[in-house]
Amino acid sequence: MTSTEAAVARIRASASRIRQRSLKMVHHSGLGHPGGDLSAADILATLYLSVLRREAGDPLSPSRDRFIMSKGHCSGALYATLAEVGILEPEQLGTYMTPLSLLNGHPDRNKVCGVEANTGPLGHGLPIGVGCALAAKMDKADWRTFVLTGDGELQEGSNWEAAMAASQYKLDNLTVIVDRNRIQQGDFTENTINMEPLADRWRAFNWAVAEVEGNDPAALLECFSALPFEPGRPSCILAHTTKGMGVSFMKNKPEWHHKIPSDAQLAEALRELEECAG
Amino acid sequence: MSDLFDCREAFATTLEELASTDQSIVVVVNDSISSTRLGGFKKLYPERFINVGIAEQNMVGVGAGLASAGKVPFVCGASCFLTGRALEQVKVDLGYAKNNVKLCGMSSGVAYGELGPTHHSIEDFAWTRVIGNLVVVAPADPIETRSMLRAIAAYHGPVFFRLSRMPVPNVHAEYYQFRLGKASRLREGGDLTIIANGVMVARALAAAEALEAEGISARVLNMSSIKPLDADAVVAAARETGAIVTVEEHSIYGGLGGAVAEVVAGSFPVRIHIMGFPGFAPTGSASFLLEHFGLTADGIAEAARGLVSKRGA
Ligand SMILES: Cc1ncc(C[n+]2csc(CCOP(=O)(O)OP(=O)(O)O)c2C)c(N)n1
Ligand SMILES: [Mg+2]
Repeated sequence: MTSTEAAVARIRASASRIRQRSLKMVHHSGLGHPGGDLSAADILATLYLSVLRREAGDPLSPSRDRFIMSKGHCSGALYATLAEVGILEPEQLGTYMTPLSLLNGHPDRNKVCGVEANTGPLGHGLPIGVGCALAAKMDKADWRTFVLTGDGELQEGSNWEAAMAASQYKLDNLTVIVDRNRIQQGDFTENTINMEPLADRWRAFNWAVAEVEGNDPAALLECFSALPFEPGRPSCILAHTTKGMGVSFMKNKPEWHHKIPSDAQLAEALRELEECAG
Repeated sequence: MSDLFDCREAFATTLEELASTDQSIVVVVNDSISSTRLGGFKKLYPERFINVGIAEQNMVGVGAGLASAGKVPFVCGASCFLTGRALEQVKVDLGYAKNNVKLCGMSSGVAYGELGPTHHSIEDFAWTRVIGNLVVVAPADPIETRSMLRAIAAYHGPVFFRLSRMPVPNVHAEYYQFRLGKASRLREGGDLTIIANGVMVARALAAAEALEAEGISARVLNMSSIKPLDADAVVAAARETGAIVTVEEHSIYGGLGGAVAEVVAGSFPVRIHIMGFPGFAPTGSASFLLEHFGLTADGIAEAARGLVSKRGA
């Protein structure tokens, strides 16, 4: 096994655990957003295991790469990811959304060390990311900023205001990853507000764009390794994903945006994920 | 225990009813309609149903444009985003420009519970109350929801209509008619007045009942019209009962309590105890959070006892 193959195997195993744990959290609390948790799991695992520069034991190290979970409704996947890298204890995940828990339904950086931004209202992450990237440039620091947004989320105008500022300031230390699962809350994105031509839209805002199979850690890893795609331009990764990925009956179904699995559905989902991981 | 209702059912059916006779009524939403219960409206009047996607600033602006061209838009979305995200559109495009838009803030207060402060809307009375020309109302039960919707549809001008989704009993009689700028006096009393609105009205009534057993007679006003406020009812409460507890599913700053205090301070100063949320809430369900901050019948009764015991001190 090459070192890349080994890394990919680790990411796959981690993504499977993130999926299983986030589904258990959603089931246990009776709340949450399983579809988007599952679609983002591979992106999160790849970032945290192999891309982000982090200092073990120091989640607030000034030279760390920043990751902003703009699609904050998928806090389950984010918390499960933080448990993968030792920022949260796996046992803590059981408190998800319980009274007075630190694991609120949307992430709070004042409660969880390692959460970079208080998100939940869509369209906040990218402007904050632009601010982070500007600060790094001012300080001539080499840490990078990554922002994960939903695709429906891009209907918020604030994203495009941030996109213009990012290219104006040549923020090649900033990367946005779009979880392009083609589904928002009520329906498919294209039945609500057409997002296409999405890659060309980013290009028109002077971003360098790559499209990738967003549920394939090997492809993701290769894509991230090519950053920045162009010197002097911010990078956009359109990650083509499937909402509900990994669980047959949740895949590509708008209702699983925030539907809660029954006991039987959870068992079946965990069985499928286990089988796939094995 | 009386039956509990989700006011959104009354909201959705009344809106459908109004739209059946008034062709100018249109609905504007952002993405999902599950939280607004407007699936029926969409089926009945697809050509009068606009979904702008996840874009609240655009949504309010679109509402203003529709109104300026003669439509009566009901712009519906989660109250937190509808008010917070689009506040300048609300100020300028609705209030300042006097566009006839009905802004319907759904799942207000802490209804979103565990989803946390980003989704709580405990600032919306304060934000909207200060905007010129904007009427601000919040119903307490399904009966008032129906009557209030008819009243604001008939009223020409911008309105913020704040609707919770926490289950509440009917506190009004079937024949009750909401009137803009008028409080409804739900219980007579001479020792103090509890002024509440929305979800808190039923709890205020339960508190008054408990106080009665202790020999404290509490008047209860449902101040569903926050702006214009029923100043006469507030002044009468101060003059006739000498102490006021206000209780709202909102911040203690700038909401119902603030509005009442503004009137009382300038007319007939008496002690006021303002109940609500002191700041961002911790994690927990809506009912847990109301309990946590004492926004219960017990908590209200406790505050009332405190005020009455200070009387004359
Ligand atoms: C400003 C704002 N408006 C509305 C919502 C309600 N909401 C939560 S998730 C969601 C859909 C998001 O879809 P998408 O960005 O595609 O996320 P994903 O598919 O990855 O879950 C909506 C409308 C919100 N959180 N913030
Ligand atoms: Mg999506």
